[in-house]
Amino acid sequence: MTSKPLLHNDLVSCNKTHTASSSKLLDGDYRRACGRLYQSQVGISGVEVFTKSGSSDNSRGFLSQSKLGRERFNELTFPMSSSFVRRERSNLTCLYAAHLGQRRTFAFEQSSNTISDKETNEKETITVTFVDKDGDEKIIKVPIGMSMLEAAHKNDVELEGACEGSLACSTCHVIVMDDDYYEKLPEPIDEENDMLDLAFGLTETSRLGCQVIAKPELDGIRLALPAATRNFAVDGHVPKPH
Amino acid sequence: MMMRCKSSGNHLWVQLRFFCNKSSYPLHICIVGSGPAGFYTADKLMKRFGQAKVNMLERLPTPFGLVRSGVAPDHPETKVVVNQFSRVAASDRFSLIGNVSLGKDVSVEDLRKLYHVVVFAYGAESDRELGIKGEDLKGVHSAREFVWWYNGHPDGLKLTLDLERTDTAVILGQGNVALDAARILLRPTEDLMQTDIAEHALAALRRSQVRKVFLVGRRGPVQAACTAKELREILGIKGLNVFVQEADLVTSPADMEEMKLNRSHKRVYELFTKAAMKSLSESVGNEKELHFVFFRAPSAILPCDDKVHVGGVSLEKTTLQGQIINGQQLAVGTGVFEELACGLVLKSIGYKSKLVAGLPFDLKKGVIPNFQGRVLNDEAQNSKYEKGLYVVGWLKRGPTGIIGTNMICAEEVVESIAQDLEQGLLTSFLDVPGYFGLLELLQDKAIQFLSFDDWQKINQEEIRRGELKGKIREKIVRTEEQLEVARKVRV
Repeated sequence: MTSKPLLHNDLVSCNKTHTASSSKLLDGDYRRACGRLYQSQVGISGVEVFTKSGSSDNSRGFLSQSKLGRERFNELTFPMSSSFVRRERSNLTCLYAAHLGQRRTFAFEQSSNTISDKETNEKETITVTFVDKDGDEKIIKVPIGMSMLEAAHKNDVELEGACEGSLACSTCHVIVMDDDYYEKLPEPIDEENDMLDLAFGLTETSRLGCQVIAKPELDGIRLALPAATRNFAVDGHVPKPH
Repeated sequence: MMMRCKSSGNHLWVQLRFFCNKSSYPLHICIVGSGPAGFYTADKLMKRFGQAKVNMLERLPTPFGLVRSGVAPDHPETKVVVNQFSRVAASDRFSLIGNVSLGKDVSVEDLRKLYHVVVFAYGAESDRELGIKGEDLKGVHSAREFVWWYNGHPDGLKLTLDLERTDTAVILGQGNVALDAARILLRPTEDLMQTDIAEHALAALRRSQVRKVFLVGRRGPVQAACTAKELREILGIKGLNVFVQEADLVTSPADMEEMKLNRSHKRVYELFTKAAMKSLSESVGNEKELHFVFFRAPSAILPCDDKVHVGGVSLEKTTLQGQIINGQQLAVGTGVFEELACGLVLKSIGYKSKLVAGLPFDLKKGVIPNFQGRVLNDEAQNSKYEKGLYVVGWLKRGPTGIIGTNMICAEEVVESIAQDLEQGLLTSFLDVPGYFGLLELLQDKAIQFLSFDDWQKINQEEIRRGELKGKIREKIVRTEEQLEVARKVRV
């Protein structure tokens, strides 16, 4: 199977993967690459790659196969019309993707530097405080490159993630409590904004937890879980779309 | 909480026991309906009450409600939530009781005797009616049934859909369900080949002659009920020309106010603006067309020459009143009519819940009357609430919101249940038969139910069949076949 270099215009936003090497994916020509590893019972699993929003075609592919939360995944091959991921040791080396319904293929290749598991453990972490709707705080350490959603799940913080980070829901909605930390986050892509539109208790500094990726500048960030107190009166209720 | 207790011998002990704020027996809860509302409620109840046991009734052999039968086949990421629901189902305090129907197999009264708490989460399986002439012509269907049809819901098989006799379809409504229907009708079938779309639907869509779809709304682009994600998606489909009239994009001060208050509407309006600019410059090479028609209310569905099949829709031009009532501007007819010829009409103006004997029902709103999830009594009764009865999801709020909305809804209902327990409005001082009582009842009636493990067998078989065809799953559509598969290997 031949690989083609990924056109960097095709990539829009990055969702760090569960791998230690994810930061390496961002080197070089690629602005931000998006990969979210997951597996689901409905049979879709793997890395999801987004392409630029507003392009003339809809570009989301569900690719490869891996285990949710695991840092290693198995090599699996798929029919040509879909995709596969090839992986060496603990690093993503290349990814072949099929555009849903388009059979267009694009691929990107990771740099040859590999990060061993040992380095993973010595990786930097940042401090993140989650504040629940009752005001109770939980302070956790989050490795650089991990999403807040994943960090929450690893630390028993009750943050739902119905779509497991694939930008198809708003259940991991968090509120960044301090404006200056909010400013440090990259702008939400259209797909995230689409989901935020529907989030309960939306604020000016709301983000989706699966899209907030730990980086050194976010050390000390405080994230509030939206309050779930609201009267769902049928009378006078402004219908929300579904 | 102190309680007077009849048995004098153990009086002091019982008093002390009731002193702590807990009910004496673990709660036995029955949730009717296995969609998102039911599962989020089960999840939160089991977390809130560490000893509570939850039984979930589902009339189909397969769980997950509209996640399985409503979410479009080309939106697989939205279905990922079944993973979370499956984890809830894996709890040993949870039992799914599939293939058992409220009303047919068990009554509300039966459930009240068997459980401390019953939560109704059976959603909305009917439609709002247009109430216009011609609704019963052949070729007029509810979008809900169309969705069931392509998603392989057993009841969707009843639909007699003819996609070959016409090249034009009119969809009344502009919500996400309407957009789903339009997209499935217009999407290249190659896009659907690997999805979990029902086989009979894929075959029919391959033969379909439909090339033009009109999405008709009574109001304007600012009021359209669809959301940005779905609109963006449909605007991006290859080979599809999307038409939005520039004239429809003119906004009033009331429109600007609406957009200020609701960012979803604002972003949807911006997408319509982009679409209008694009449709001016787009080449006419594309085969398929999608037209957004605004400010038109259907006044009648017209027959074609044979008087049996639909031939078109009569639309009345509307204007918006301008004042905002309940956050909405109202559309008012202008008395100017026009006709839109078509051979297929899908009504997508809203789902509606069905009433069940033994429960109060608000026919106008189409919900079970409730306060924060507590079922309200008929006015004739002494107490305000029906003790032990709760409602969640679309049946509580009306058929609006997304999957995640049910998460918040469930929290509210669980909070109500907790408050009621605390205040003694709900009690579990008496033990109830719960699961084993229900089993006995079902056995007496010779009704065989399916467990969650049985669903897993159906699930695995669907995935296996799908693999043979390069699909993520091949849905088993007929109930009889589902039951057959589930019964094959009884562990």
